[in-house]
Amino acid sequence: MTALLLRDLKLSVRAGGGALIGVLFFMTVVAVIPFGVGPDLNLLSRIGPAIVWIGALLSALLGLDRLFQTEREDGSLDLLLMQEHPLVLTVLVKCLAHWLGNGLPLVIASPLLGLFMNMDEVAIGATMLTLLVGTPALTFIGAVGAAVAVALPRGGLLVSILVLPLAIPVLIFGVSASYAAVEDPAPFMPPFLILVAITMFFAVLGPLGAALALRNAGD
Amino acid sequence: MTDSLAISKFTDLANPTRFLALAARILPWMAAATVMLFAIGLYLSFTTEGDYQQGLTVRIMYVHVPAAWLSMMCYTVMAVSAIGTLVWRHPLADVSHKAAAPLGAAFTLIALATGSLWGRPMWGTWWVWDARLTSVFVLFLMYLGLIALNRAMDDPSRAARVSAVLILVGFVNIPIIKFSVDWWNTLHQPASVIRMGGPTIDQEFLWPLLIMAIAFTMLFFTLHTTAMRNEIWRRRVAAQRRMAARMAGREA
Repeated sequence: MTALLLRDLKLSVRAGGGALIGVLFFMTVVAVIPFGVGPDLNLLSRIGPAIVWIGALLSALLGLDRLFQTEREDGSLDLLLMQEHPLVLTVLVKCLAHWLGNGLPLVIASPLLGLFMNMDEVAIGATMLTLLVGTPALTFIGAVGAAVAVALPRGGLLVSILVLPLAIPVLIFGVSASYAAVEDPAPFMPPFLILVAITMFFAVLGPLGAALALRNAGD
Repeated sequence: MTDSLAISKFTDLANPTRFLALAARILPWMAAATVMLFAIGLYLSFTTEGDYQQGLTVRIMYVHVPAAWLSMMCYTVMAVSAIGTLVWRHPLADVSHKAAAPLGAAFTLIALATGSLWGRPMWGTWWVWDARLTSVFVLFLMYLGLIALNRAMDDPSRAARVSAVLILVGFVNIPIIKFSVDWWNTLHQPASVIRMGGPTIDQEFLWPLLIMAIAFTMLFFTLHTTAMRNEIWRRRVAAQRRMAARMAGREA
């Protein structure tokens, strides 16, 4: 399992892995927003957490089709399926590696983008914290979509369509927790704890669904 | 004993020919019942008095509410069929959830459109990002995604198994829709018919609403059975075409 984790991590960091592309895409999306809504700093600081979250969501979706696609192409997916380990665990480890390779860089990059968005320190911290807790949920949900679409020749777009509706609760609570940290009347903890609960819920459901789909998608 | 009999009957339906015979027998009755219920329901909905506040627009409710119920029931039917696909490998379950997805999308679209028409005079806006509306819109997107997924694969049994997984994962949305009006304090009114302590809705509106709901349910099951029958026929035609092509190839 550790070997699998390390292997996936190495694959995602080295050339062609695309982990850095995700971060670049994240930065590009966020950088494009001011061109769209205008460089009004007050407005940007108000919508900042939401923009950062949406950018993270989109770039998390971007890397999803890589989760099982390359394994399928070079045949190692069949080896993973034939292992004695429960497939659910294998999928969970792959999700973790994918998150370390693609999700964690987004979290690390988010404070910089928060500065671009003229957010204050509390808002940046809250957004980073919610992203840290919320992006694993995106990976776990996405694993189901990636496993479902693994047999399709060009599943990338379809994965996004299938996964986005399910990822909406994560976005809602992530953004509302980030806002609650800044605006006074709303408490921070309830939406944050719900976000944690969503992540834990999908940490169970996601690998289960993905494993089921992978078993069924094989020909 | 009766239990095993029931199961053996249910597994009997795995034979598509038997299902087709059953469908041919009950479809005319179901269609007739649907038409009758719709006649009664529409008559009642147009003859009852309008609400003292909402006036005539209250009649939108007789279409909106049943369609919204059906959009959720259809997903539940699909989830049950998905379990049937994955657990029992019941061949009809594949056909069932494939046939139900477009129907569910249609009912959801009706619910969204009529709700929007109703919201314009009552709330003063076509659309608000309220929890109930948003979650139903998400349901609509999920139906479309499932249809797209089913179309993207050419092997029907694999498409069925893979989309069954997705249907089951997406089922988390159904309780969210149902309880969204209770969990979040929103513009959409909370449940007034199916609730603890009996319905709060007036008798005047309750009867047409219930009859319309039954009519919509019958309509769904009629259309669903028809769609399943068509899907079985479509697969048979495809299989025969393949066979014909193979024979033609051999002769040449």
